[in-house]
Amino acid sequence: MSAGKTTGAAQDVALAIRGLTLSLPRNMERAHAVSDVSFDLRRGQILCIIGESGSGKSVSANAVMGLLPRSIRVTAGEILLEGQNIVGLPPDRLREIRGRVVSMIFQDPLSALNPLMTVGQQVDEVLAVHGVGTPQTRRERTLELLTEVGLPSPELTYQQYPFRLSGGQRQRVMIAMALALEPSILIADEPTTALDVTTQAQILKLIRDIQRRKNMSVMFITHDFGVVSEIADSVVVMEKGQIVEQGSADKVLKTPSHPYTQRLIAAVPHLTGQNRPALDVAASEPVLKVEGLLKTYRSGSAFMGTLREVAAVNEVSFDLAAGQTLGIVGESGSGKSSLGRLLLKLMDSDGGRIVFEGTDIARMPEPEFRRLRPRIQMVFQDPSASLNPRSTIGRILTVGPVAHGTPYAEARDEARALLKRVGLDGGAFDRYPHEFSGGQRQRIGIARALMFRPKLLVADEAVSALDVSIQAQILKLLDDIQRETGVSMVFITHDLRVASQICDEIVVMHKGKIVERGQPSQIFLDPTSAYTRELVAAIPGERPDGGGRIALAG
Amino acid sequence: MNTLALRDRPSRWWQSRVARRFAQHPLALLGLVMITALTVACVVGPWLLPYDILQIDLRARFAPPLTGSHILGTDPLGRDLAARLFVAGRVSLLVGFSAMLLSVVVGTVVGVIAGYRGGWLGAALMRTVDGFLAFPSIFLVLALSAALQPSPLMIVVIIAVTKWMEVARIVEAEVRSLREREFVLAGRMLGLSSVHIMFREILPNAMGPITVAASLTVARAILLEAYISFLGYGIQPPLPSWGNMLNGAQQYLSSAPWMAIIPGAAITIAVTSFNFIGDGLRDALDVKGEHG
Repeated sequence: MSAGKTTGAAQDVALAIRGLTLSLPRNMERAHAVSDVSFDLRRGQILCIIGESGSGKSVSANAVMGLLPRSIRVTAGEILLEGQNIVGLPPDRLREIRGRVVSMIFQDPLSALNPLMTVGQQVDEVLAVHGVGTPQTRRERTLELLTEVGLPSPELTYQQYPFRLSGGQRQRVMIAMALALEPSILIADEPTTALDVTTQAQILKLIRDIQRRKNMSVMFITHDFGVVSEIADSVVVMEKGQIVEQGSADKVLKTPSHPYTQRLIAAVPHLTGQNRPALDVAASEPVLKVEGLLKTYRSGSAFMGTLREVAAVNEVSFDLAAGQTLGIVGESGSGKSSLGRLLLKLMDSDGGRIVFEGTDIARMPEPEFRRLRPRIQMVFQDPSASLNPRSTIGRILTVGPVAHGTPYAEARDEARALLKRVGLDGGAFDRYPHEFSGGQRQRIGIARALMFRPKLLVADEAVSALDVSIQAQILKLLDDIQRETGVSMVFITHDLRVASQICDEIVVMHKGKIVERGQPSQIFLDPTSAYTRELVAAIPGERPDGGGRIALAG
Repeated sequence: MNTLALRDRPSRWWQSRVARRFAQHPLALLGLVMITALTVACVVGPWLLPYDILQIDLRARFAPPLTGSHILGTDPLGRDLAARLFVAGRVSLLVGFSAMLLSVVVGTVVGVIAGYRGGWLGAALMRTVDGFLAFPSIFLVLALSAALQPSPLMIVVIIAVTKWMEVARIVEAEVRSLREREFVLAGRMLGLSSVHIMFREILPNAMGPITVAASLTVARAILLEAYISFLGYGIQPPLPSWGNMLNGAQQYLSSAPWMAIIPGAAITIAVTSFNFIGDGLRDALDVKGEHG
């Protein structure tokens, strides 16, 4: 832990927010983005602001940077940066402060970097616009920064364009830019949310190391309690624009006092190290048997000699019994989503067999397979993209069965019953997707997949886009439905913690191949492959030995 | 910012965001008012006026506007110009609308198929579009109407033949981006046919740009009809259209300028109105630039 005097002396506080209130434009769901928010960021500490979407955590950060959209105004309160109130400062004074005193890194490093400038130019530009150094010294300083953030071969990286770099490397470049002017305060807005878990662990470590080395103060915005437990000295919990709890990381995580914090912490999925109680299903034949499945992506052309082949799914085999859930876990690029689409024949495979209820469907032509489609259904990742915005919920649910010959009245009654089953009221039937929240939309997506009473349900990152508390509800819903209907599930996710909640068995994929398969307890407590060990170790806030920093009760 | 229990839905279409934003667009509203007034005048005008379009009155030749009950004056045969203008308006607006409908239907079908299917079929369709675009359209229209019997229906077909490509291109681009959305994948998962996915799932999401293109196409179709009728290859007298009224007015330009000014103004009002409406729709449908 970094130093921090117990007294609240002014020079100990790098950033103080006092009674900050930001008003939203009219017609929004509430009047204030944040209301009467006060907290201190102490020098040399990492303060985590945690909350779900819409809690006002990012808006607060933007207010400190003076980067509020025009429609949001500061109506009350002070933002004291090193003792100076920046509310109402003219734009050119603010620009001076940005970068020098306080600087920021964003969630999506690809859209925050200019695709037409090399990495070196972009870091250099930060120095140049603030009139630092000569071109020669700036170049040296840039290389120094790129080295500091742990980029391999800084000389080479200097010349490269952002698209050449991986997500983690881009985030390192963003950090280099943020550090360029040696600010005393760094604001990080969900800097690891878009990254894979192993990369996230590296970036968190980097931020922690730099913060200690330079004795910086960091305001770290996140929605993930696992990340909080990894990095935070103190924590502010926000809900709907208000602070519901604040205190030291230890206190908030171990003995949360506010019900909302307790609920959030309870909703965080974590490694149980326990297996799921088996369902009582007497099944002889597996519902799904995949053998040596292959999918290769080709780009370029053989004729031009530029052919590139990437094996997205490489000799994958597994089977799945009735009423069981198989988790497919992997990082981005592991081929897990391609595998899901192959199972539904939304994409053609290049080899191998997919035996569904005794029939090989891998080579079956589409017109013949269309008969079988109702038996294999999918829940998609992004509930707002997977529901047709121009269709009512009723139409979304009934269009499939009607196309397969079910009378409309029958499909409608089934749809209404299913909406009730997934926890929506009957009035949802005539409404449009945009009238629902993310969690509600995902419930509709699940209802759509259940309309046919399928044998196999493939859930592709079905809870990844949702807040933790919603995530827990949806997982519970899927679990209940499986117990009621005995449907088999393939649950694709990047999040080992989520997989451990719902899966009977887990398959770990890496670069298109299955590297390990086993029950959750074995995967988490006694992984056999090096890659799985690395994955498990990278999960924020968890220790594989069960001694996680979060002492979660229940 | 999301997460909100069921928002109160706008209960009527005119309370929807697009309608609200359209209503805040002054030029678009002006266009809508002008074109509505013009259409109403063309539909009911001929019944209200005491003159038939073919009623010749040689004592009242070349009457300037506001002579007696000839509000807009008369032509060289003493026929009432107002009556002729409104009947001509029926023809011109009907030809414009029909040509728009035909080109939107053809363009949409071609665009949806090319955009959804892609591959060689999409390429073939879009190269055909390029081929049609490469023809100078005025020349094509004149050549076709000189060679064929220029009945109003034929004029509609000829105009549509030169105007459908733009709609096809807009729809193709829109469908190509919509095709990648997950709800299309969901449609395939449900086992919907390609035709169903193309026209029932994707097409409703492309209606915005199609509506904009349609209103601009009406304007251009009206202009093109006026153009070829003015040159004498379009609607043939005695059936009046705004274009052939201009043709008839040519030789009296100095002695009876109102004969040209009046149908000219009608064309201008119709074309600018549709263009304003098109611009207004484009702005109203553009979701960028509004929060939430």
